[in-house]
Amino acid sequence: MAFIPHTEADVAAMLKAIGARGIEDLFAEIPPTLRVSSLAGVPEELNEMEIGRLMSERAAQDGTPLSFLGAGAYEHHIPAAVWAITTRGEFYSAYTPYQAEASQGTLQMIYEFQTMIARLTGMDVANASMYDGASATAEAALMAVRANRKSKSARILVPTTLHPHYRRVAVAMASNQGLRFEELPYCTVEGVTLPASLAKYDGEDVTALVIQQPNFFGRLEDVDALTDWAHAHGIFVIAVVNPTSLALLKPPGEWGARGADIAVGEGQPLGVPLSSGGPYFGFMTTRMECVRQMPGRIVGRTLDAEGRDGFTLTLQAREQHIRRAKATSNICTNQGLLVTAATIYLSLMGPQGLARTAAASHARSRELIAALTRTPGVRLAFSGPGFHEAVLLLDRPVAPVLKALAARGILGGLDLAPYYPELGPALLVCATETKTAEDIERYRASLSEAMQAVRAA
Amino acid sequence: MSNLPADLKYTKSHEWVRTLADGTVEIGITDHAQHALGDLVFVEVPEAGRTVKQDEPCAVVESVKAASDVYAPLAGEITAGNPALADAPETVNSDPYGAGWLMRVRPATGAVAAAELMSAADYQKVVAAEGG
Repeated sequence: MAFIPHTEADVAAMLKAIGARGIEDLFAEIPPTLRVSSLAGVPEELNEMEIGRLMSERAAQDGTPLSFLGAGAYEHHIPAAVWAITTRGEFYSAYTPYQAEASQGTLQMIYEFQTMIARLTGMDVANASMYDGASATAEAALMAVRANRKSKSARILVPTTLHPHYRRVAVAMASNQGLRFEELPYCTVEGVTLPASLAKYDGEDVTALVIQQPNFFGRLEDVDALTDWAHAHGIFVIAVVNPTSLALLKPPGEWGARGADIAVGEGQPLGVPLSSGGPYFGFMTTRMECVRQMPGRIVGRTLDAEGRDGFTLTLQAREQHIRRAKATSNICTNQGLLVTAATIYLSLMGPQGLARTAAASHARSRELIAALTRTPGVRLAFSGPGFHEAVLLLDRPVAPVLKALAARGILGGLDLAPYYPELGPALLVCATETKTAEDIERYRASLSEAMQAVRAA
Repeated sequence: MSNLPADLKYTKSHEWVRTLADGTVEIGITDHAQHALGDLVFVEVPEAGRTVKQDEPCAVVESVKAASDVYAPLAGEITAGNPALADAPETVNSDPYGAGWLMRVRPATGAVAAAELMSAADYQKVVAAEGG
């Protein structure tokens, strides 16, 4: 079968039928100023051998540092079976097939994924995935505006303890659709959003409140109080959660008296390698009453004409091929391969395995914090419980310290200066189950040296 | 030939309008429209208090094969959305001119005159022209 189904004769016949002189005529309504005439800066093509070599060389430049960097992407052990199974020919495509029901195995896999994510979050229903945690957060805000019919304002309260990239993506994706994002300050002692700070919004028309748990600083927010405050004022709660942490923490479906209305997150910790930043996948869940406002595809289980179990795409009437411009979004399932990996990862780990991973990550991070804060000039920024990350305050600039650590083969964490300048020199560090006592000691010793190499501010 | 009560007014976009005793109007979709959509699985009706302009999309009817907007035949304020449809959307299929009503509207001043409403006979011609 030809990969390009239309011959030149077919194209000419179709153009003739609609009275167009050429393909270019079809784009005539796009103003010339918006057209890209040539792609300057894009190099000539390379063949497979050349691109393979180039990518190998670039990958080698990354090296294999000992990483204590988290900030939204987390290094966890991935059992070898995960990608051995994921890359089998039956799964090895990013797309849901167009004749989706012809591929029952793919649909069943997505259905199992939805079930696992719904159970992990304690929510009623999950979709087939989103692009990543940041875009899932933006889509959740758009969804809240559709679903919260008591609110007309399209105002979304966003704590500054939400990942800074998520905040930027939300503004980029949704502000042109009339949404207004208002940032909430955090407590500089505890590093969380204080429920009392919300009192000034009492009685105002607010559509949704975003709550990240654990928050960007690795701290645990008072999700029950924040959720109950929001619901008391007719405000939707959008939970942004780390899936690994949910093996230990209260799931968003149980926050406060009624639970979050929408829960989203970054799926990368579930079996997806760091890969220099992607591709990753996002997940999204909600209450059953809001399911028609949820973007993306949903796979359902049903019975066929002979009474046998089968899987099918469902609720398609809200999707773009039927609802056109009024579709809930243009999100599809092209993160399917990563979802496959996550489903296999969760299957292999099981609830106990995931809980042990989460507990070990928490324990290693506490050991890391204890070790690093023994170094003169290093202290913990915020008091109170956290998951597997923490903010350290240094008495000298962070960037040169990180550079000195990198020279010793250590990725020391994220310099918060560009994001939270008010903290002064601040470093976000993370340890997962992958870090040993020796790794932590190596970081401590290297940090001690690096600190001495950089003059105090 | 679909069922077209002569005492109702109709729109080109397949809504019907019934004037009630209190001056408000009741709005639904025609028998032809429900038949074309097929079995309805979900109906979203507007909330009371919302102000709508003529031809503004104000409700959604979703069947197993399509989702369509329902347009306000005339301008006014929504006084009620049919609460029974949330749990029983199929009522629109079984009784489109009765229990399957979608919403009630208090027309704005001059809105009835401004609305482009048709008699059953004229609507019948629209349906026939569409091949229905």
